[in-house]
Amino acid sequence: MAEPMVSIRSVRKRFGSVEVLKGISLDVPVGGVVCVVGPSGSGKSTLLRCVNRLETIDSGRIRVDGDLIGYAEQGDRLHHLSPAGLCRQRQGIGMVFQRFHLFPHRTALENVMEGPVVVKGVSKRDARSRALQLLERVGLADRADHYPAQLSGGQQQRVAIARSLAMDPKLMLFDEPTSALDPELVQEVLAVMRDLAASGMTMMVVTHEMNFAREVGDSLVFIDGGVIVEQGHPRDVLANPRHERFRTFLGQVL
Amino acid sequence: MTGTAADTENPHLPIDALRPPRPGRWITAAVAGLVLVWLAYTIIVNENLHWDVIAAYLMDGRVLGGLWVTIQLTVLSMVIGLALGVLAAVMQLSGSPVLRGASGLYTWFFRGTPLLVQLIFWFNIGLVFPTFGIGLPFDGPKLIEWQANELITPFTAALLGLAINEGAYMAEIVRAGIRSVDPGQREAAEALGMSHRQVLRRVVLPQAMRVIIPPTGNQFISMLKTTSMVSVIAGAELLTVSQRIYLGNFEVIALLIVASIWYIVLTTIASVGQHFIEKRFERGHHALQVRVRRNLRPFSRGNV
Repeated sequence: MAEPMVSIRSVRKRFGSVEVLKGISLDVPVGGVVCVVGPSGSGKSTLLRCVNRLETIDSGRIRVDGDLIGYAEQGDRLHHLSPAGLCRQRQGIGMVFQRFHLFPHRTALENVMEGPVVVKGVSKRDARSRALQLLERVGLADRADHYPAQLSGGQQQRVAIARSLAMDPKLMLFDEPTSALDPELVQEVLAVMRDLAASGMTMMVVTHEMNFAREVGDSLVFIDGGVIVEQGHPRDVLANPRHERFRTFLGQVL
Repeated sequence: MTGTAADTENPHLPIDALRPPRPGRWITAAVAGLVLVWLAYTIIVNENLHWDVIAAYLMDGRVLGGLWVTIQLTVLSMVIGLALGVLAAVMQLSGSPVLRGASGLYTWFFRGTPLLVQLIFWFNIGLVFPTFGIGLPFDGPKLIEWQANELITPFTAALLGLAINEGAYMAEIVRAGIRSVDPGQREAAEALGMSHRQVLRRVVLPQAMRVIIPPTGNQFISMLKTTSMVSVIAGAELLTVSQRIYLGNFEVIALLIVASIWYIVLTTIASVGQHFIEKRFERGHHALQVRVRRNLRPFSRGNV
């Protein structure tokens, strides 16, 4: 079997006295879409944030495309990765946040150009034409010169997706990308994500959108209390949830 | 329910309502106006205020020289103070306890002692450190060395005192600005792969500016006037030269008014400048701004 894009092994993480991840192991194959669901406080967002090192882990190993995240292996010792090394790792991993976090002092176009220009040193001209393409792809070419405050939530989230894609990531992380949106704006964001999945992007999606998970996901993972309770093909596990906790959760969200 | 039929028939229903009378407002306005006119009258007809002397000295060469020194002192000490403030604020927010401690010590000391004392201290620094040099620390050999008495002129002492003192206040302002930026902004920038410096320079500081600029404008305006304290070490700025002139011709009030007119001119220009700079850093907040303005105008006509 080919090497997975993301390999998470026995990851534990504690915040103070609360252990939020209690030994999670999970693979995301290249081009795969894994949807992570679970009640709030279950640790699903934390898991996602560990993958691009916005959170450190207390034990376990996370690899993205074979690279150990956050550490360098020399012999049988681990060394903390230098800040520059961490920046390099993050460049290959896009992240979309629940609350968009667009840069409010820059236009949609400038938001999308920011990563390539500042981090990769791409020329402004090249970054601009690429950014325009990406805005076109998320259906917002006509909003290029708008500031985030002038865009709807759904439009902001689509710009945020374009901003991540501008770095040409090999993996995209979505942290509840539609949870902060008004109901009528959810579909436009999901449509962009559906396109992205169809284009072969490897994606980890923390979400409450069960329909999206069923249609787009290759695998669905239910996390509760810091452990994976149930996982499998979305259609199967949603049709026949085996664990009582998962059934209760589905009863609440569906 | 009698009105509903008429309402639905007529699509144009202009609101042409009469305002309730406000006699209180008229009476207070009249009283305030009267007091103002009376004040102006007493000032204008007062023979002890020598308006001809004031007019003569307003454009006097020495006064204009002092004005220029005041401007230089203000701009230079604000620029240096802002740089020190950013440095101290970044140190304060860093992970290193030593840097945090050093920054805390700086703001604690320079905000905790009077500026007047600091100015006199810097002017007399030669009593503590007779020489300054560049070389190895702890009495090691020196590459270059200066006598403090040559280095510390009233101007450099004033600049040192004002800038270092200002830096301590600016540190707090910058720190508040940096803290006001949503932590999600930092995370979004880090997720793109930006380094700490890039995050600070491209994302955090530009947004912090919106919070930093208004109080910095106030500091600048306040600094224009604070420079007058330099007169205790004969700093050759506006107040010092005015004092020198009135010690010769005894036109104390006239020259204080000359100085005050120039201070007001400077602060007015600075206020206008502040307004435009604030506009510049409000980029991307237009939509929010409109909402805030509306809420800030409870007495405007639209809402009464």
